[in-house]
Amino acid sequence: MKYTEEHEWLLEEGDVMVVGITAHAAEQLGDVVFVELPEVGTEVSKDDEIVVIESVKAASDILAPLDGEIVEVNEAIVDEPAKVNEDPEGEAWFFKIKPSDLSPMDDYMDEAAYKSFIG
Amino acid sequence: MSDLNRTALHDLHLQLGAKMVGFAGYDMPVQYALGVMKEHQHTRSAVGLFDVSHMGQVLISGPSWETVALAFEKLVPQNVLDLADGRQRYGFFTTATGGISDDLMFARRGDALFVVVNAACKAEDLAHMRASLGKSITVEELDRALIALQGPAAEDVLAALDPLAKDMRFMDVLALDLGGIDVWASRSGYTGEDGYEVSVAPDQAQDLARKLLENAKVEPIGLGARDSLRLEAGLCLYGHDMDTTVTPIEAGLGWAIQTARRAGGAREGGFPGTDIILAQLTAGTQRSRVGLLPEGRAPMREGILLYSELEGGEPVGQITSGGFGPTVGGPVAMGYLPTILCAPGTKVFGELRGKRLPLTTTPLPFVAANFKR
Repeated sequence: MKYTEEHEWLLEEGDVMVVGITAHAAEQLGDVVFVELPEVGTEVSKDDEIVVIESVKAASDILAPLDGEIVEVNEAIVDEPAKVNEDPEGEAWFFKIKPSDLSPMDDYMDEAAYKSFIG
Repeated sequence: MSDLNRTALHDLHLQLGAKMVGFAGYDMPVQYALGVMKEHQHTRSAVGLFDVSHMGQVLISGPSWETVALAFEKLVPQNVLDLADGRQRYGFFTTATGGISDDLMFARRGDALFVVVNAACKAEDLAHMRASLGKSITVEELDRALIALQGPAAEDVLAALDPLAKDMRFMDVLALDLGGIDVWASRSGYTGEDGYEVSVAPDQAQDLARKLLENAKVEPIGLGARDSLRLEAGLCLYGHDMDTTVTPIEAGLGWAIQTARRAGGAREGGFPGTDIILAQLTAGTQRSRVGLLPEGRAPMREGILLYSELEGGEPVGQITSGGFGPTVGGPVAMGYLPTILCAPGTKVFGELRGKRLPLTTTPLPFVAANFKR
């Protein structure tokens, strides 16, 4: 698993990356009440705002961590946004992206680095 | 952060693991370990304890009740004079242009008036009262903590400490002895639930809060849930749903102006903005505060512009409070619209992230009040 400074996690699964938000991010957001995911088939560029997530407190965006195509999204968290707080690094993944450029992965953190990043 | 004021319960908040934020110049708990959603639900189903000590507590006294009441009536459109001892009313300071410079609770304690005002407004309110009430009237800001105990089991919790709490009705005020701690309690709140607001000496506030939290039904609740609870209850937040640019009638607060102060009443008018406010009471207003239910699941928050059409046109209004209503189970909002668009069931559109999404106007509150009248 790799982590971004935007508090996303990326897990390689064959030729796609599964992307979600970290437990730390979910805790900071508070109770998630709304998630809007991109459409399957969308071509995205790194840092595009592709997910809207709203907690009881505020709205925030999730950025595409890589260039690529969205190949699957997790409708379960749209139907039940609370899952994001319950299991952010497991069942409540956000989307799967088929990357066209993996080079940003080199900049992303491993678990130890992320832990020290969030202090 | 260092220049933020602290309430008497500050240490307790930290010990309880609160997430603290700056609010109206105070370092306040926005949520505790439960989180906003569960804190909200706990208040609706059991009891929540809120630190509202940032609010201003003011005692107004003078030679007689009549002097005090009539002086205060110069600043508010409420019937103060006829308030019975031990009773409280909701009111607001009006401005010369008919706006609202703060909303407040006032209670009669013997010949004195006990007033609770918003934290963000209290300096201006004090200056306003001192400048306007006259020489024979004393305006004293009290150094007291204020703890709100809200929820259907609040009566059980307080009555276990002082049985007199049980006999209080909505908007009664009474001195209670809560296990050796003398307090002034009112049966009121800001959640739509039954409950009490308890004014206590600051050096006894922590002891009292701990005593109340010992009861398994009571959880500490932060400002986050306080906001979602009052929003579902359809209650205005000063500086958001009302301010000096909005009249009480536009804000839907005409019910709080008693007959004695209305046209033809025993003490008609005599408060700032009388002409505008009394005329609007009769003739109505061009715009009104209204409840809004977003049709989708996305929360629509303060500042979102409202349109009457899906495309084109100028904004016709704005959301002034909005978010997720945990008891409603979906987004809720309130805002201002032309009165002709306020009939329940009217569809309007709010612009969210560049898209216009439908909302339906709806009567307030979203969650029925549970007061003990």
